[in-house]
Amino acid sequence: MKRLISLIVGLLAICGLLAYAGHHLQASSGSTGSKVLNLYNWGDYIDPQLLTKFQKETSYHVNVETFDSNEAMYTKIKQGGTHYDLAIPSEYMVAKMKRAHLLQPLDRSRLTGLRNYDPQFMGRSFDPTNRYSLPYFWGTLGIIYNDRFVRPGTVNHWQDLWSGKYRDKIMLIDSARDIMGMALASQGQSMNTTNPQKLRAAEQKLTRLAPNVKATVADEIKMYMTQNEAPLAVDWSGEAAEMLANNHHLHYVVPSEGSNLWIDNLVIPKTAQHDRAIYAFLNFMAEPKNAAQNAEYVGYATPNRAAKALLPAAVRDDHQFYPNTTTLHHLEVYRDLSPTQVGLYNDLYLEFKMHH
Amino acid sequence: MTKRRTWTYFLPYGLWLALFVIAPVALIIYQSFFDLGHHFTLSNYSTYFQSATYLKMTANSVWYAFLITLFTGLISYPTAYFIHQLKHRQFWLLLVILPTWINILLKAYAFIGIFSQAGLANQFLTFIGIGPQQILFTNASFIFVATYIQIPFMILPIYNALDDLNPAFINASRDLGASNWQTFRHVIFPLTLPGVKAGIQAVFIPSLSLFMLTRLIGGNKVITLGTAIEEHFLTTMNWGMGSTIGVILIVAMIVVMLLTGDQKREGGTPR
Repeated sequence: MKRLISLIVGLLAICGLLAYAGHHLQASSGSTGSKVLNLYNWGDYIDPQLLTKFQKETSYHVNVETFDSNEAMYTKIKQGGTHYDLAIPSEYMVAKMKRAHLLQPLDRSRLTGLRNYDPQFMGRSFDPTNRYSLPYFWGTLGIIYNDRFVRPGTVNHWQDLWSGKYRDKIMLIDSARDIMGMALASQGQSMNTTNPQKLRAAEQKLTRLAPNVKATVADEIKMYMTQNEAPLAVDWSGEAAEMLANNHHLHYVVPSEGSNLWIDNLVIPKTAQHDRAIYAFLNFMAEPKNAAQNAEYVGYATPNRAAKALLPAAVRDDHQFYPNTTTLHHLEVYRDLSPTQVGLYNDLYLEFKMHH
Repeated sequence: MTKRRTWTYFLPYGLWLALFVIAPVALIIYQSFFDLGHHFTLSNYSTYFQSATYLKMTANSVWYAFLITLFTGLISYPTAYFIHQLKHRQFWLLLVILPTWINILLKAYAFIGIFSQAGLANQFLTFIGIGPQQILFTNASFIFVATYIQIPFMILPIYNALDDLNPAFINASRDLGASNWQTFRHVIFPLTLPGVKAGIQAVFIPSLSLFMLTRLIGGNKVITLGTAIEEHFLTTMNWGMGSTIGVILIVAMIVVMLLTGDQKREGGTPR
């Protein structure tokens, strides 16, 4: 018994020491110090050289923590105990965080780079006056095809996927909103519709696509497409950019009749503590040179008009990732629907998946 | 004094039970009574039992879990029996257990490599002149990989049951003139049945709720209850419905336990 007690006391002492050392280390590395900026970002979603440059110019040290889904980020910020100064949620999550009072409004008088942004990506439904968010990167939903199996130019529209030629040839991204949205867009409907009849019709249309669907998978699509496992896939442009970089037979098409426009945004969570560093960083990232460098590193489309002009012509004029104006006009940002409405999308999507 | 001692020894186990078994189950049951708007309701259960989608999914899950358990059993019993006859049985048993030390996700990715269009299996098929086939994303490949993953969990209890079997019974059966088949049919198999039942318990329930494999290997062509739970918790954020399916799985587990539970414990497996 005595030995047990001394063991427990010893363990407690070690725990205490570790806690003290941890606190000390954290203070010296600066996540709670004053010359720092705590950035909560997706993995590998910023050029590390820019962070060094920012530190050199402003002497603020940037601590980066990463998340892998909007929901994970939301939960962590909502639970508190974190000190994130900036986070990068997608558009629907901006609306959700706004409603949950997790965001601080931007002080426009302290932003110097606002005019660099393309108005197309400002003032969208999730934040109509950009009171809380600045666009970081944007992209689309589209079709990826492999030119070893599909003749270039034969797949341009959603409807082409329904062709009998592509039996058991298509991979879909496992996402209710996107796949239901694709069916809606193919019928000329809005991807934000809440009309139950239209949604039901979209589900019935999807069911007719079932024989052509090889698999409904998540991130693995990248790996499968790179390995020539399937001729066609429906996925987001960001994922497509990675696939195209690894396999030169792959191409990306945004159907001109309509698709989703997604925007990742910089926001200031309620937990932010380093005001000056935040605005220094927002202005630094809005500078065309920096935004262009970041866009080249990440490979996504930049909403910064001045930065886009600085990109190499081959990137700038690539209609796969910077679609022409007509297509751009038909793109829709997902509206933040109520839980019951999202529930309807999910139920119908699940029914479609059961029909495989 | 002794009584207090016993109570103290029970404390860690009791705490564990309360924190990691009773509390989560209670939370799941509690959650299952709330709809998307956080109102207390029974609608999740009525949706479940009225929706053709969920009923079909349940039937699918049970059917596939049954097939996986069946194939696992068909492979595991002879294997366990064979290993038990061998000289270095501990070594062979170790080889059977070895794959369980590798993370299931890694094994799934390994199978993707083997089954893909340019994978080993298709290279072999091309070599013998059949030509590449679609192996990945078929029901057969899903059952194959699931069976592969479950086999060790079936072999172990059966092996233990064989180990517990008193050889005197077999000798007696032979002395009384029974053939090999009769000995197996009337002596060995009935006496190792508790091991088989334990194996079924260890395989059937996890198979009901498989979810990673259904997506990675099955390409979501088979939707099991496990997939639905994952979807409800991670993507659709409908925790109430996810919990409802969880409760139904727990009930299914109890039913399987009751059906396969052994009446007498002494000949059973050390679990």
